[in-house]
Amino acid sequence: MSRVLFFIGEGLRALRRSAAPGVASIVTVAVTVLLLGVLIPVLQTTGGKTDEVRDQVGLNTFLYDDATPEEIAALETEIQGIAHVESVEFISKARALEILRDRLEAEDKADLTEQLPGARNPLPASFKIKPDNLDNLESIRSALTPPGAAGTPEPISPIIEEVVDSRDEASSIRTVTGAVKWFLIVIAALLVIASLLLVGNTIRLSIYARRREVEVMQLVGATNWFIRWPFMVEGLICGFIGGAIAVAILFLGKEAVVDPLADSVNLISGEETIAFAKLVLVLLGVAMAVSAIGSGITLRRFLRV
Amino acid sequence: MARHQTSALLRERGQRRPEHLTERRARPPIVELRKVGKVYPGGHVALERVSLRVDRGEFVFLVGPTGCGKSTLIKLLIRELEPTQGEVLIAGRDIATLPDKRIPHLRRRIGTVFQDFKLLPSRTVYDNVAYALQVIGASRAEIRSKVPDALRLVGLADKTGNYPDQLSGGEQQRLSVARAFVNHPPLLLADEPTGNLDPATSVGIMQTLYRINKTGTTVVVVTHDREMVDKMRRRVIALEAGHVVRDQAAGRYTDEESTREFAARLRDEMGVEDEAY
Ligand SMILES: Nc1ncnc2c1ncn2[C@@H]1O[C@H](COP(=O)(O)OP(=O)(O)OP(=O)(O)O)[C@@H](O)[C@H]1O
Ligand SMILES: [Mg+2]
Repeated sequence: MSRVLFFIGEGLRALRRSAAPGVASIVTVAVTVLLLGVLIPVLQTTGGKTDEVRDQVGLNTFLYDDATPEEIAALETEIQGIAHVESVEFISKARALEILRDRLEAEDKADLTEQLPGARNPLPASFKIKPDNLDNLESIRSALTPPGAAGTPEPISPIIEEVVDSRDEASSIRTVTGAVKWFLIVIAALLVIASLLLVGNTIRLSIYARRREVEVMQLVGATNWFIRWPFMVEGLICGFIGGAIAVAILFLGKEAVVDPLADSVNLISGEETIAFAKLVLVLLGVAMAVSAIGSGITLRRFLRV
Repeated sequence: MARHQTSALLRERGQRRPEHLTERRARPPIVELRKVGKVYPGGHVALERVSLRVDRGEFVFLVGPTGCGKSTLIKLLIRELEPTQGEVLIAGRDIATLPDKRIPHLRRRIGTVFQDFKLLPSRTVYDNVAYALQVIGASRAEIRSKVPDALRLVGLADKTGNYPDQLSGGEQQRLSVARAFVNHPPLLLADEPTGNLDPATSVGIMQTLYRINKTGTTVVVVTHDREMVDKMRRRVIALEAGHVVRDQAAGRYTDEESTREFAARLRDEMGVEDEAY
């Protein structure tokens, strides 16, 4: 225990004596952690959105209202026979209306369906077809509507009114979120590397400034780790301070900007966003890890003990 | 050899050997050099076929003209340098065979006063001495009790808060001495511990070394101070151009002189009047 205190004292002493490089790495760590603090929730949210979209992807095959139950049953068997179809779900007119009602209710909107004239149900019945793999969606669609004599797609059954590919919409969302995601990940990675190097540089300067001292320490019998730990602690302190500053800024930002906006902007307040306390722990962990690795690598390379 | 002379002398007088000498025969010499040679990179031969042994509890002077290889020899003993030939044994162990990890432990058992002091410039007098204890994992209580004692012994008790660059050359030297013996190592190597000191302070340092030696620590002192060596009447090893040219126990060698008597005689013979500190 007194050892630990000694090493912490030594680390602080070193930072006090040459503050400039320490400040530089504290600032870099703070900026990195700050960006990660924004990126992680955003990534979480977009991740959630794509999952949701993927779940909804499929072919909605809408049917004419006058389709008989026999025709519907025959079509269902036929669809099940198509390659790459994972599941087929029949959604009757009544069920479609129910789904619409549920959704309206979930979104706290007035139940418009009650105002339908003569309680007529305008929604068509449909088959919701899920492919085993998103890439096979197109082949299923052409199996449902093979090109006819005129070259235009002809449905395999006269009761099919329209085949709607929800992927047209979904894929654009997916590629956008995918690109944004990668862009953010690359930036985050670069920042992490930058702070690794800067913390490493701080330690290197510290080693350089104290190389005579290190030599003396060795001659009076200090073990390698006895000499290394203060440097390590110095790096960890930089990491911790940087991380703490970033977390403080994030907290203020959350209180002042995000929370008031959260009601109107769905993106930030989704349930998928990890809880703030957990985020803080993750961020401080990243800050400490980055500085520990940064100092560790430098010690290995430059402290010949 | 000095060892035989000393023990013969003691037996003749029918006295009991001092405590620290009783184990001499059973245990290997604390320092032994076997045909040691050191050639520096660049080809300068600093030591050539040097063989010598120092027994536990001895007080030995190492003398010789500048550049004869005295500091080189000291550096070999703490493995700051490695010999190009021969073996260096500490307490019977060839230190070349020590794994790197054990070297700090070797150095902790050897207190060294470096010719260039090797103080830690960013630490106070107190912290410089404390560092030698922190290195061995001493408790805070131990540090608080031992450091002031060591500083008092070298007369730096009133300078504990100074940094090395706020000390005179002689004070830095004494600080270096305090650090070397604060953890009571069994072997103390002092490379010119009185090099920058006036005669009175020199006697003070020698008195301190003598007192340390009295507690059982083997002391090896490098010095140019011919007069001091003559007055101290201890074993003297003389080096010249990397060779041992003389190794003898000088004068009326006695282990029985008390520190006070010793200091009084030294002051008297060197014409130093008052206590240095
Ligand atoms: N690192 C080194 N590289 C090359 N030559 C060296 C090195 N260190 C010492 N020497 C040479 O080795 C010889 C012995 O040096 P050493 O320091 O042992 O002398 P010394 O007896 O301690 O002298 P002094 O009494 O002046 O301290 C000298 O001639 C010196 O120039
Ligand atoms: Mg020398």
